[in-house]
Parts: sequence; structure tokens; C-alpha cells
Amino acid sequence: MWEYSETVKEHYKNPKNVGSIENADAIGEAGAISCGDQLKLYLKIDNGIVTDAKFQTFGCGSAVAASSMLTEMIIGKPLEEVKKITNKDIIEKLGGLPPEKTHCSVMGREALEDALKNYYGYEADNKGLDKIICNCFGVTEKSIREAIEQGAKTVKEITDLTYAGGACGRCRENIQNIIDSIIGKKEEPKELTPFQFSLKVNQVLEEKIAPELLKDRGGIELIDIKDKTVYVRLKGTCSGCPSANSTIKNFIEAKLKELVDKDITVIEA
Amino acid sequence: MDTIYLDNNATTKTDPKVLEEMIPYFCDKYGNPSSIYKMAHTSHDAIEESRKTLCEFFGANKKDEIYFTSCGTESANMAIRGILSANKNKKHIITTKVEHPCVLNLYKELEKEGYKTDYITVDNNGELNLEELKQKVTNDTVLVSIMAANNETGAIYPYEEASEIVKSINKDTYFFVDAVQAAGKIKLDVKNTKVDLMGISGHKFHAPKGIGALYIKNGTRINPLIVGGHQEKALRAGTENVPYIVGLKKAAELAQNALEFENKEVKRLRDKLEEGILSNVKNAKLNSRTSKRVPNTTNIGFEYIEGELILLHFDELNICASSGSACTSGSLEPSHVLRAMHTPFTSLHGSIRFSLSRFTTEDEIDYAIENIPKAIKKLAKISPFQKELTALLGE
Repeated sequence: MWEYSETVKEHYKNPKNVGSIENADAIGEAGAISCGDQLKLYLKIDNGIVTDAKFQTFGCGSAVAASSMLTEMIIGKPLEEVKKITNKDIIEKLGGLPPEKTHCSVMGREALEDALKNYYGYEADNKGLDKIICNCFGVTEKSIREAIEQGAKTVKEITDLTYAGGACGRCRENIQNIIDSIIGKKEEPKELTPFQFSLKVNQVLEEKIAPELLKDRGGIELIDIKDKTVYVRLKGTCSGCPSANSTIKNFIEAKLKELVDKDITVIEA
Repeated sequence: MDTIYLDNNATTKTDPKVLEEMIPYFCDKYGNPSSIYKMAHTSHDAIEESRKTLCEFFGANKKDEIYFTSCGTESANMAIRGILSANKNKKHIITTKVEHPCVLNLYKELEKEGYKTDYITVDNNGELNLEELKQKVTNDTVLVSIMAANNETGAIYPYEEASEIVKSINKDTYFFVDAVQAAGKIKLDVKNTKVDLMGISGHKFHAPKGIGALYIKNGTRINPLIVGGHQEKALRAGTENVPYIVGLKKAAELAQNALEFENKEVKRLRDKLEEGILSNVKNAKLNSRTSKRVPNTTNIGFEYIEGELILLHFDELNICASSGSACTSGSLEPSHVLRAMHTPFTSLHGSIRFSLSRFTTEDEIDYAIENIPKAIKKLAKISPFQKELTALLGE
């Protein structure tokens, strides 16, 4: 159950300025229904002043409240002022939003930016690092870079820290590119794709491990790989050998940890 | 209008008759059942009486196959972890994509511990893919878990047939059924199936929160989850929760006697609500499309409107229901059950579950049918999908 402020409640119960504007001077859109949030913002602009604003939102209570509040904040204001409105301003006017709902306010600002871009015909005040990478949760490139600074190395770790990439998944490639651009510089080992991972495990099993087992007339077969867990079957004299467990842990797993990935677990299938 | 409570799959009202039975066991008959004097015997006898009633409720052979737990989640954990701990040589486990988190998240945890898992899919109507189950069971399969009825859609899964399939391929594979949403809604008859373990939770059928039970077929190899004293044959240590065990007995009796009422009267009201909404709200779609369903549940998707917003507006009307939308729970993903059924995005986020009970009245359903279409109509005006909605609503 969410703790919504009285202002938020008032705005989702009786949202202001719902609807569309015919012959709007600018229309802005943000979000996507697949992610569960979508906003369309209509502006009427006269002599550099927003004379009317209307919205249509597909989204939760706080998304509707943020959209409604945004229209209230911009009607009657000159564009110079409107341009400077941030998602934090919207949250403040709403008397706060639960942290999980921050993206609702970001969606408001995004739609506003989109509308202004549409009006001016260029990107208004879209400062490089503040660029939104994940539209579903309104996560900026800056936040993603900060998460990488904190030690995130994979897209999944970025999602855990920032939510970015957690819903529709369309931004995951972009997140990977940011990770590559930063971690590439630090020359840290790159995360292998599952395919590369399988190839490398197989190569080590065939070239480094099987020849050793063969010396005792034993063998090994790769059965399956799931995430970092490698399932193998011991063959020949190794199969049923009393020290099979120790062979798996102390030799096979240790070798794979050393040569492929320190998080590998080996299990006898 | 007072509160219209249509969220009985989340929890139910404690039946006053249940509470009445429990009261003496707090301040008068409070002896520890493990002690030796007469007052302790009173407690002990009350537990054994309850075990007898629960044995009938499960349709089990013997009352010593019934174990009391604190809730449905504990029953599932005790069953699954208990079986794996006692049968460590095998590492493959199977469940479905639509289980309750108490099974699904436990399986995810077990994956990290080295278990190989398979998740059986459902089709667009929510019917379980039994062919797939057939193909997945191997010599290494130690456990299969399949729920009896789904909490979100009310779909009844053919767990009896599934248990036959599993045992015909590997007679040593154990079979656990999460029957939390079936108990009190459909008859359980565990002795005539190949099921080894079955879990239930009291607060889903008018017992209070904090009491559950697990059926374990005699001869099942299982280790305890909670270790301590000898209670529940040392399979579930800890002083027995006597008043709640007594409450569970009464709730099971009442539910068993009300089964016919559930399947006639509660079903009639559920169908009335469902038809009332579907015929009056043109952007409403039935998500619970399975041929077999528990009598109290319906899941309806309202296209182009988000679920949390709907629930907040229902709350203004004093109507309580649930949504599978991501925004309601704060999770990143919308309902895994509806996604497994390939529910389209247009209605996925606007899915609402209504679940009735034997306490639901005709007046409440009439009020809901009258007010829900108005609320949805109002909310449709906020949606950016006016073109699509106009096409549906024809206005």
C-alpha cells in the first residue's frame, strides 16, 4: 500500500485539465503502454506564454497526479520559466511521491521536453548526461554512470540499482553500450555472453581437464550450463570413483574458476 | 454503502463462529499440550480433534498425515525444502510458471543452490501444458509442485492427472500441491490421487491469519524445516498454536458444509458480477478464460486504463479488489500469471481480480455492477487511447 500525500490523492481523484486541445501548438509524448505508463501533453502557446495545457495519461494514481500537477504548473507561465521545470519541482508541488513512483514525475518532464522540442523544432535544454536512457523508469545516463562508479558491471546489476532496463527492456542495449564505454576504458574483464561462456567452458574442459582425467583412464562430458552452474558427467574410471566429489570441486571447478569465471559452480548431473 | 469486500483471495473475514470456538483456549484452556496434567490433556485433545477434522477436509486416509503450520507459505517451504533435504541425491525439480511466489521464489532460490529447474507453461486460456510436463520428468526429478487453483485467475489445474503422469514416468518423484486457493472452494480428495504433499492456509477460508496445514502422505521421506522439540512428530517443532488450531478446525468444518453453497450461490453472484461488468463495460475483457475455475474468482482486464488507478477509484466507492499491475505492488513486472497467459499489454496493466466469499451479498454485487461501469467510464476519459476507446465504447 502506498503512502500518497493529500495533494496526490486530490489530483488523481479529480485530475485537472484532462483531455486534448484541438489545433494545439505543441504536443509531447512520453512512456509506453507496454511499460505501464504513457502520457500525452497538449500545449496552447501564445506570445511565448503557455495559455492552455491538457493531458491524457495511461498510468497509476501518481502518474495521473503528476500529469495533472504539471499542467497546473505551466498554464499562464512564460516558456522561459516552463523550460526550467524539473521532475523534482513536480514532486515538490505534489507534496512528495514514494521513491518507487519517481518515474511518474520524470514522465511529466519528458513529455514537456518533447512538447517544447516539437514547438521549437529542436531539443530544448536536453543536457547530455541528463538524457533519459530508460523511459519506463525515467533513468538518466548520469544515474547509470553513477551506478557503474558504484561497481555495477552488468545490465542486470544496473537494473537492480536503478530499475533501468527492468520493464520493457528496449534500453538494455544502450545500457550495455554505456557500460562498455566506461568499463572498456578501465580494461576490466568484459562479461561473456552465455554463448561465449559455454564455448570457453567447453574449451577448458576439453583442453585442460579431459587430458588430466585421461591419465587415470577417466573422462568428462559437459551436460548443461545454466547461468554460472556447469553440469558435468564423469566417465570411465572417474564415474563412481569415491573421490569423484573432490575431483569435481578441487580440480574441475577450481580450474574453471581460474580460467573462465570465479563464480562458476560445477555439479555432477 | 459499507465496504464491499471483493478481495477474498487475499484474505477473508474470520467467521464469528470460528472466533467463538477459539476464545476459551486463550484464558481458560491454555495448557501446553506437551505437559502431563488434565489441563494439558484438554489442549492435546483439542489438537487431535482438529487433526481429525482436517484429515476429512483434505480427504486423507489417516489423521497422522496432517501437520499444523503457521501459513500457506510455511506449508510450501516445509514441503519443498523438507523433501529436497531428505532426498539429496537428485537435483532436478519442476513447477509451473503461474505458481504463487511462495513456490516460485523458493525455486529461484533453489536454482542458486544448484538445482536444475523446469517451469511448465500455460496456454492463452491459462490451461496447463501437460504434454510439456510429460517431457520434462526424468530419473533425476525429485519433486514436482503444481498448484490446485490459481490465486489470480481462479483457474483450477488438473493436479490429480498431473500427479498420475509424473508417477507413471518416475514413481520416486514426489508431488506437492499448493492447495491454498482451492481449500474451501472445491472438494479436496487427496487419498484418491498420487499426491504426496498438499498445503493449505486458514485465512483464505475464514480462519484467522497465522494458521495453516500440510498433508504429508505416510511413508514420505522428508526432513523438518524447523527443528526443536518433538511436536508434530518432530517434523514441525515449536509449541502448538492451540487456539488457532481449534479455529482452523471450525473453519474447515464450516467450509466443508458450505461447499455446495460456494458452488451454487457464490458462483451465481460471481457470474452475475462478471456478466454485469462485461456487458456494461465495453473495454472489459475476461482474463479468467479456463474451462474450470473456482466459484468465487473472476479476473477482468480493463483495456487502456491502468490497474492501480482503477483500484484507487474503487476505494473511493468502498469497493475492495486487487490488481496484477506492476504499479500496485511496486515490483518491476506486471502479473507473471497473466504474462504467462500472453495477456496483451493493452489490458494486462488494467487487470482487476474480484474474489467473493460466502459472506458476499446480492446487494453488494448490485452496487458493484451499478458503480463500476461509471468509474471506468470516468477513467477512460483520462486515457491517451481515445481513438481505441471510442472504437470499443462506440461513443
